[in-house]
Amino acid sequence: MSVDWSIIPQFLPQLFNGAKMTIYITLVGLVGGMIIGILAGLMRAYGSRLVNFIALVYIEVIRGTPIVVQVMFLYFALPVLASVRIDPLSAAIIAIIINAGAYIAEIVRGSLQSISPGLREAGLAMGLPRWKVLALIVGPLAFRRMIPPLGNQFIVSLKDTSLFIVIGVGELTRTGQEIMASNFRAVEIWTAVAVIYLILTGALTLMLRVIEKRMRIL
Amino acid sequence: MSIIEFRQVSKHFGDLKVLDKVDLNINQGEVVVLIGPSGSGKSTLLRCINGLEMITGGDLVVDGISVLSGNVNLREIRQEAGMVFQQFNLFPQLTAEDNVAFGPRHVRGLSRSESLKISHELLEKVGLADKKKHLPAELSGGQQQRVAIARALAIKPKVMLFDEPTSALDPELRQEVLSVMQRLAEEGMTMVVVTHEMSFARQVGSRLIFMENGKIAVDGKPQEMLINPSNPRLQDFLKHVE
Repeated sequence: MSVDWSIIPQFLPQLFNGAKMTIYITLVGLVGGMIIGILAGLMRAYGSRLVNFIALVYIEVIRGTPIVVQVMFLYFALPVLASVRIDPLSAAIIAIIINAGAYIAEIVRGSLQSISPGLREAGLAMGLPRWKVLALIVGPLAFRRMIPPLGNQFIVSLKDTSLFIVIGVGELTRTGQEIMASNFRAVEIWTAVAVIYLILTGALTLMLRVIEKRMRIL
Repeated sequence: MSIIEFRQVSKHFGDLKVLDKVDLNINQGEVVVLIGPSGSGKSTLLRCINGLEMITGGDLVVDGISVLSGNVNLREIRQEAGMVFQQFNLFPQLTAEDNVAFGPRHVRGLSRSESLKISHELLEKVGLADKKKHLPAELSGGQQQRVAIARALAIKPKVMLFDEPTSALDPELRQEVLSVMQRLAEEGMTMVVVTHEMSFARQVGSRLIFMENGKIAVDGKPQEMLINPSNPRLQDFLKHVE
């Protein structure tokens, strides 16, 4: 079977549907991951010993296990353990949320702690409450430093969605696999899939660059 | 009337005793200069006044409020006690005028224009009116420290605390900061200053305190203490500083 690129266009609508699903999982997952990550990061940076420990356990458990295992656990083990049944899409989104959340937490903690403690003291010494010191001084400075590592994590999470093939979520990789199974056009289909991933990560990278540039003026 | 009252104040960091039952009254209008070898507790003593370090024994009352009486009261104290740090600690993302306007805006809750008006007056006062649009990174150390003094003054404190304000500066930049501090003292501001600048202690200080091992070893008039030190360890210390 010779390579024939002209077969790709007919499958593009199908692949774009898969890409849409990939974007959807990534977007919702990362919004949730940011919320969880910021929360856990703050717990790590400023929490009491107990609060800090709870966040640490969450982070280490998630970072220490593969995301495929996590999503399998959510999808196959949770129904047995707690008789909670979730559909594949929800399992995928939750997996991204908790997985990205753990990594983002460490990014948030690291950035907050990299800001000179003297600035926090300067704010406190004026009589500002702690939350205002965080919101007005330390937070904005830390946020700037978070952008490059967050960019990394966003790209990793986007690509991680391809692993949800194992629970049958119809995202981009799964879609490619399905097309492949019907026509065995491995070279053409996997090339198309790879290019679509590249376009997605490229767009994400570009967006982050723009944000980083804007923030520099701040 | 004393505005700062240390009553048997102790401070421990774990097993390390940094302040050891210190009694000290500071009156309104006094310019108290704290000296002593490193590790003697002078910076800690200063930082206890506005609760950047919490005391672990005794009581410390500032303007009638105990530092132990909770977070809300502690913020009250901090608004009455402006602080100037060795490393300036200006907010790097804000211009000089916004650094100084920060307190009026976010602590006192004034409008942006009112805050900037206060900021401009104070920058004028420290001789930096022409630098108001500059970021800290674009200023020299001496200029940054003068902005920091203006920033601390902007919340209209009753007391100013200086933690080695010239130690991070090159010798030729120290004088501009010391001059601003001297003018402040002449205006009657109550000041507590941790420093190694003996000429400042002599010329501006109304009271000199020599600390050693977490205790006040000598407390007196700067002229007498510096010209004719009776305490042998103070003699020794002065020999090393000058």
